[in-house]
Amino acid sequence: MTSELDIFVGNTTLIDEDVYRLWLDGYSVSDAVSLRVRSGILEQTGATAAVLQSDTMDHYRTFHMLERLLHAPPKLLHQLIFQIPPSRQALLIERYYAFDEAFVREVLGKKLSKGTKKDLDDISTKTGITLKSCRRQFDNFKRVFKVVEEMRGSLVDNIQQHFLLSDRLARDYAAIVFFANNRFETGKKKLQYLSLGDFAFCAELMIQNWTLGAVGEAPTDPDSQVDDMDVDLDKEFLQDLKELKMLVADKDLLDLHKSLVCTALRGKLGVFSEMEANFKNLSRGLVNVAAKLTHNKDVRDLFVDLVEKFVEPCRSDHWPLNDVRLFLNQYSASVHSLDGFRHQALWDRYMGTLRGCLLRLYHD
Amino acid sequence: MPGKLKVKIVAGRHLPVMDRASDLTDAFVEVKFGNTTFKTDVYLKSLNPQWNSEWFKFEVDDEDLQDEPLQITVLDHDTYSANDAIGKVYIDIDPLLYSEAATVISGWFPIYDTIHGIRGEINVVVKVDLFNDLNRFRQSSCGVKFFCTTSIPKCYRAIIIHGFVEELVVNEDPEYQWIDRIRTPRASNEARQRLISLMSGELQRKIGLKVLEMRGNAVVGYLQCFDLEGESGLVVRAIGTACTLDKLSSPAAFLPACNSPSKEMKEIPFNEDPNPNTHSSGPSTPLKNQTYSFSPSKSYSRQSSSSDTDLSLTPKTGMGSGSAGKEGGPFKALLRQQTQSALEQREFPFFTLTAFPPGFLVHVGGVVSARSVKLLDRIHNPDEPETRDAWWAEIRQEIKSHAKALGCHAVVGYSESTSICEEVCILSASGTAAVLNPRFLQDGSVEGCLEQRLEENLPVGCGFCHIPYDELNMPFPAHLTYCYNCRKQKVPDVLFTTIDLPTDATVIGKGCLIQARLCRLKKKAQAEANATAISNLLPFMEYEVHTQLMNKLKLKGMNALFGLRIQITVGENMLMGLASATGVYLAALPTPGGIQIAGKTPNDGSYEQHISHMQKKINDTIAKNKELYEINPPEISEEIIGSPIPEPRQRSRLLRSQSESSDEVTELDLSHGKKDAFVLEIDDTDAMEDVHSLLTDVPPPSGFYSCNTEIMPGINNWTSEIQMFTSVRVIRLSSLNLTNQALNKNFNDLCENLLKSLYFKLRSMIPCCLCHVNFTVSLPEDELIQVTVTAVAITFDKNQALQTTKTHVEKSLQRASTDNEELLQFPLELCSDSLPSHPFPPAKEHLESASSNSGIPAAQRDRCSNWIELIKLKAQTIRRGSIKTTVTVEKASPMGEGNFRNRSAPPCANSTVGVVKMTPLSFIPGAKITKYLGIINMFFIRETTSLREEGGVSGFLHAFIAEVFAMVRAHVAALGGNAVVSYIMKQCVFMENPNKNQAQCLINVSGDAVVFVRESELEVVSAQQPTANCQPSCTGGEVTT
Repeated sequence: MTSELDIFVGNTTLIDEDVYRLWLDGYSVSDAVSLRVRSGILEQTGATAAVLQSDTMDHYRTFHMLERLLHAPPKLLHQLIFQIPPSRQALLIERYYAFDEAFVREVLGKKLSKGTKKDLDDISTKTGITLKSCRRQFDNFKRVFKVVEEMRGSLVDNIQQHFLLSDRLARDYAAIVFFANNRFETGKKKLQYLSLGDFAFCAELMIQNWTLGAVGEAPTDPDSQVDDMDVDLDKEFLQDLKELKMLVADKDLLDLHKSLVCTALRGKLGVFSEMEANFKNLSRGLVNVAAKLTHNKDVRDLFVDLVEKFVEPCRSDHWPLNDVRLFLNQYSASVHSLDGFRHQALWDRYMGTLRGCLLRLYHD
Repeated sequence: MPGKLKVKIVAGRHLPVMDRASDLTDAFVEVKFGNTTFKTDVYLKSLNPQWNSEWFKFEVDDEDLQDEPLQITVLDHDTYSANDAIGKVYIDIDPLLYSEAATVISGWFPIYDTIHGIRGEINVVVKVDLFNDLNRFRQSSCGVKFFCTTSIPKCYRAIIIHGFVEELVVNEDPEYQWIDRIRTPRASNEARQRLISLMSGELQRKIGLKVLEMRGNAVVGYLQCFDLEGESGLVVRAIGTACTLDKLSSPAAFLPACNSPSKEMKEIPFNEDPNPNTHSSGPSTPLKNQTYSFSPSKSYSRQSSSSDTDLSLTPKTGMGSGSAGKEGGPFKALLRQQTQSALEQREFPFFTLTAFPPGFLVHVGGVVSARSVKLLDRIHNPDEPETRDAWWAEIRQEIKSHAKALGCHAVVGYSESTSICEEVCILSASGTAAVLNPRFLQDGSVEGCLEQRLEENLPVGCGFCHIPYDELNMPFPAHLTYCYNCRKQKVPDVLFTTIDLPTDATVIGKGCLIQARLCRLKKKAQAEANATAISNLLPFMEYEVHTQLMNKLKLKGMNALFGLRIQITVGENMLMGLASATGVYLAALPTPGGIQIAGKTPNDGSYEQHISHMQKKINDTIAKNKELYEINPPEISEEIIGSPIPEPRQRSRLLRSQSESSDEVTELDLSHGKKDAFVLEIDDTDAMEDVHSLLTDVPPPSGFYSCNTEIMPGINNWTSEIQMFTSVRVIRLSSLNLTNQALNKNFNDLCENLLKSLYFKLRSMIPCCLCHVNFTVSLPEDELIQVTVTAVAITFDKNQALQTTKTHVEKSLQRASTDNEELLQFPLELCSDSLPSHPFPPAKEHLESASSNSGIPAAQRDRCSNWIELIKLKAQTIRRGSIKTTVTVEKASPMGEGNFRNRSAPPCANSTVGVVKMTPLSFIPGAKITKYLGIINMFFIRETTSLREEGGVSGFLHAFIAEVFAMVRAHVAALGGNAVVSYIMKQCVFMENPNKNQAQCLINVSGDAVVFVRESELEVVSAQQPTANCQPSCTGGEVTT
């Protein structure tokens, strides 16, 4: 006796959260069944393995049918085929778009292309996440990217509107999209200590301050409307950053800057002497990062540079976080007192964001 | 030109991509009704087109309005090649044709394609302007309401129940026409869908005409089925119960129940019998020799001789005019005479209803059923479907005569079904023989209150158990005792019925689903030989099914079955029998005895031991079941479990075939001797197997109950969470082990595993009850068995559920009285033919008081002592009943409409897609049905040529059933409803050809679209609208108390 066909269809679609998780995690039906057996469900319910098998199959089929709709979540809300209570719909969507930290760190900043997709095998082996799950997550990133890439307006809002994600998840996706678009390098060994949260934080600051959308509500230039508002960095701004170079190129200015900072911080920093000794190096590092941002290649290395030029030197001198904060605040503020420097607004736009990023990046 | 149909195509969404190049679609819509077609503009390059069309107007006869579906086709415009069809929507506009139902159909409909399934949605608005009745001799029957519900719909009251209506129409099946060889599967499927839709419409119209002829205004318990006879054609047939219903919507409808003094006489009951079967008038039509007609019933029915005479004679006054019981005797005879004379005017005194107002059922005789094996041949003249009509007429006659043999004049809970394999067809009919209350003959509005008062003196809940037949002239051997409730009348020891548990029945403990499952191998054969083989097997199957049911019932410690449905399915090489019923312990019936096992060879020691071991197991099971189902009847001295066996009897073939009379009530052959001992002899492997199968049935896990009736006896506190579902399983038998035993085991496992799966899946709803569990078996191919289950899981409040035995009697009383209020006047129009139309003086009160004073037990309050008075009263009632219809309908409807519109607004307001509940029950727990919007009767075909790609057979069918649900919900929502009640999946025919990567499935579903309001919301509404709140909700009463 073999079961040829075995289905269960409810007027309200039954969703088993545990099975959904197993499905999202990319387990095959038989793996899922054995995992469920191990969870002790048979003892709890007095069911047999055959019942569990049939139940798992049913759920998998349902999820498979739902997957098409989950690719465009608003469709899930308006479709008529599956009657699912709104709270369950939200759960389905949220879980479907959720991702593994380990996976996202592997692909963050990479181009969401076929090439990367081919590497998923390796990522799967490395992270222990099933290939199926990797594919889903990767496809989610790509799908969200494709939809919002060319859209105007707030990136987070666009994502929320088109994918009905929670605020938190939408912010993470915004970061992922932003990183993918600007191809920031995040995979280097020295960046491994950084979490998605760190990058997402930076991304949010950069989106707020460094993109075209950050300049003003309505760009007057008709051409600029074609540009993306939130996803691309403001090219003009990056060009202008070259002007900051004089802060380190002009020796007088650099010395003046140093003395201003040192005067203000004397006695307040535990690592004052180290700071004093390193000031020029640090300042050069930060300003040079800015000056290099005209080149796409260097934009990609932004985080590598920041860690190399600032985080690592400070860390090797064991700066406490609070000293870093005090230093950065003073370092940014002192520029306003440099009479020979005219690009105050530019400096603030640059340094305001950078300060936030650096503070976030400064940890072990 | 009595009607103008107006259609507007608003928009589409989620359309499929039809142009690969642009990833978009240039969609337009064709709207077709009859032979007229309109088109919208092409909406270029969009998957969400906004057509916003003008109103397309069709001017049509109402006959066409009833028959034809509105057909909407969405196409993709293609400049260079033919336009590609995206899909279709068929809309049945029948609900717009009667005033109380929907006024507009408006909403998103799934666009359905028979090859691709649902492909996007379309927003359509449909309206009908009806120009009221111009022509008396019209062919249409607009305005007759149809209900699938097999009880009086909740917001109506029955004025008159006219009786049985039936009709069938036949046609060639497009799938088998020559043209099918050259057209696409899509075209063929669409032709079939359209044809069945047309035939359903026509059928409904014809039934409606019969109802109008009977002066009714509604059909309740409408059951429409189609038979795919293959080469020989397509039969769509329907049965139902014609009624005159009155809407309970305004207070005016309630008050007159007690004190409306006089009414105008507007309508006189028509003195004409509808005689629905004119074209099947005689059994000896010349056509008969065209069919090879097997009547197995004759060979195995002990009643066959008597039924033959019965058929030809004008029925005599009852079976036994001798004394039956005590003072009940003369009454009984009289009653019989009365009801009989009334019912005889009618060709078939059948009622498809399964639930009745209290007191309507006087006695229940038992299950009557008849089967007949027929050879199909081509239907030569579709306009004169004489053979099919004759077949059914024959079977109905048999049912009628069986009922008569049980001393009953009516059959309630009546249903018909077929099973077809190749050219052999088994026709089955079954029902419950019953005696109906003549009180309903003359019950007018005036007496309502009186009656109700009297009812209180009546020992509630046992009357219907009392035997209707004559003790001295019993139709079959039965063990009678005095009723355990009233101690006055005789009752049988076991009662089988096809109806729901009467609301006033006193039940001890809870009920449970009981199934008998059986397979029998059969040699493959052709035509007549095959038919003969089947008819020879049938009696054995029936007998064994009954034995199994009986054993299982005893094992549960129960004594009555309700909702019994026996399905016999024929396949190429086997026959399957599946009987489902809900077992209960009726307080009025004696405690069932235990089951005794006896061995044939008692000398063997180890064998003896084995037997005694088995015996112990059985006794333990019975004890456990009693505890499980809370069956603690009051201690009665007679009760002995496991009394000695009277005498060992050989269980021989001979015995079996003798007892084939069991097509009515088989239960009793085995317990013939001594009541308490039910002997099971395990002298052969067959019987061993029986015993084993008895013991292998596992009870549902704790927290679960199941039944196949509407409600579960012993559970009253339903909460509002419901989950309707359909589950389908197909197993392939390995051809090696095809013995009867292996087959039985396979089938048994299939059903048991299916149930286990259901319990597991629905575990989150515990405590809950699976209600209306409906199993259907089919044998699509040689080695395939398909089981389809539809049921609804309803949660209930555990805390209250625990205190059952004491409270449930009160509750049933409460419910009874609630029902009474609603159905106070429930006259059964039984004998309108014989009535003179001039007025009689009212004499009922006088009669009533006389009977109440004279100390006649309340049970007989309605059995009048004077024949003539009865007749007089009858006349009166019927006149009043008719008047009532006109008056209240006029008064009630406008106000009612207003209320409903207000009420129906909230449920759909807050979500994008309104939730539509579906349930096979006639009610929604925790809610009140405020409006019936019309019948939903839909037929779909789905076919695929890429089975593997769609996830194999399971993926294919899963998606299709989900789509069917979606389309039902969409139609209900478009009618303005939020639920389907009495939902039933009548057919699910699945065929696969995995080698060709193909599969096809046909599904037919029906139900009643309704608007319901939650109890909690209702309170608010009624506070705002005091006019609406005087009606105590029937379901609500049960749920909230």
